[in-house]
Amino acid sequence: MVHFSTDGRPLPTPTPITAPYFDGLREHRLLLQRCPRHGYFFYPRGRCPVCLGDDWEWGELSGRGTVYSFTVDRAGHDPALASRIPFAIALVDLDEGPRLVGNMVDCDAADISVGMAVEAAYEDVDDTTLLGFRPAG
Amino acid sequence: MGKRAAAIVGLTEWAPKRVWDEPMFTMEACARLAAEVLADAEVEKGEVDGLVINGLRESPMFAPSALAEFLGIRSNFNEVVDLGGATPAGMVWRAAAAIEVGICETVLVFTPSVPAPPQPGANGGPMKMKMGAYMGGEVWGSPQGQFEIPAGLVAATPSFAMAAQRYMAAYGVSEETLAKVAVDSRYNAQANPLAVFYGKPITVEDVMSSRYVADPLKLLEIVMPCYGGSAVLVTSAERAARGPHRPVYVSGYGEHLTHKSITYAPDIVDTPIRLAADRAFAMAGVSRDAVDMASMYDCYTITVLLTIEDAGFCPKGEGGRFIDEHSLRYDGDWPLNTHGGQLGMGQAGLGGGMSHITEAVRQVQGRAGERQVPDCNIAYANGTGGMLAEQVALVLEGA
Repeated sequence: MVHFSTDGRPLPTPTPITAPYFDGLREHRLLLQRCPRHGYFFYPRGRCPVCLGDDWEWGELSGRGTVYSFTVDRAGHDPALASRIPFAIALVDLDEGPRLVGNMVDCDAADISVGMAVEAAYEDVDDTTLLGFRPAG
Repeated sequence: MGKRAAAIVGLTEWAPKRVWDEPMFTMEACARLAAEVLADAEVEKGEVDGLVINGLRESPMFAPSALAEFLGIRSNFNEVVDLGGATPAGMVWRAAAAIEVGICETVLVFTPSVPAPPQPGANGGPMKMKMGAYMGGEVWGSPQGQFEIPAGLVAATPSFAMAAQRYMAAYGVSEETLAKVAVDSRYNAQANPLAVFYGKPITVEDVMSSRYVADPLKLLEIVMPCYGGSAVLVTSAERAARGPHRPVYVSGYGEHLTHKSITYAPDIVDTPIRLAADRAFAMAGVSRDAVDMASMYDCYTITVLLTIEDAGFCPKGEGGRFIDEHSLRYDGDWPLNTHGGQLGMGQAGLGGGMSHITEAVRQVQGRAGERQVPDCNIAYANGTGGMLAEQVALVLEGA
């Protein structure tokens, strides 16, 4: 479910199972669940998507990874995001394994490339923090 | 020798249009499509004992029974298929399988996409296609609504753009090569009076100079959303033999999916098409070389490139060279999407996906007119749903 920021941006509505992830982002920390057999997984869910086990624990990740792919949205496919175009969306493979999605920030679209090293960036919007990525420092 | 239990024997297809002048309830559209497809196949309505739909706007619950009641059909097989662009291909094999197991004999398969009459008291607004950009991700508990939508990863184009971007980095295809897919499709559309781009050919330069929508995809590499509608009739081999047209056997089929959002695709440039196509060809017992024409889902140019590779028509990474070296035109050496594809004909909702099947059937039945592929006996048709997610492959063979 989404709700909208004061400037009209779609924001996540956390659920009981995803709330710790979003609480972590608010502290500018990247927390994901870790299965003792299959490592970190994304997105938060009650059971590991590999083995359906429920003996996972929350762990903190480095936030470092590489760009798996990206695009620059120039059309504003979501009318709620029309005021933000162009903006870059990236799929990022974290060093610890899982693949996440977020916006690229603090860089020119022309400088983004597949395979580039990135680190987590935390974008505070109203009472929510969104995970993004910036070129690794 | 593949399956010979069920065949497509009739079709009807409305010209896709960006603005639809004659609003209709979905049930009314199905009634008109049924009358047309039954006439085409010379089958009586009383023979129909199966219905396959995607849903029914006028009855979100109990949709098949509402339609059976509306059409006056006593039905033994009632299916709702929800596979995005792969829905029509998924509908066809489900109908064929149901006929093969003997639960029914003659199945109507519907893909209407028309606007409803304006609702009293509601703001009808302009009758243009409105895209459901969030695709169900707006509901409570949806992962997509918490992770993809806030990142602006909505609708389909940015997801396919990321597949194209990754492909270019991994295998190095040029934007001009992708543009050729759109150009050859548009060429084919010039021989299809139903196409929304009939009378409007384009060049590689036109594609290259069209604006970027989501890098690296440009406007002319993206389908035009339209209204329209279509239906096919699937029946037993025995009944098919008594029809006016050459029966088109659904001789092999496969289906595969792994994810909804592109974020969770195991590999965005090695798609679920591979497993669906492998199963379809194995079931049909035919080789890729035996295919006389291909009808590949083409929401974007990159979709065609990935489908050529993953359906096994060339090795991984060589799709660009394949596109450069072959003419994909109806009069070329590797006829593909001879109706113009959705890139040339327009994407009439689910009718867009169905257009790949109706065209394959026309070609195998020898009634493709000006764009007829000579001696066309075996066609490959597929559907791609969602974000390179749902995949259905069909091998269609003439009797």
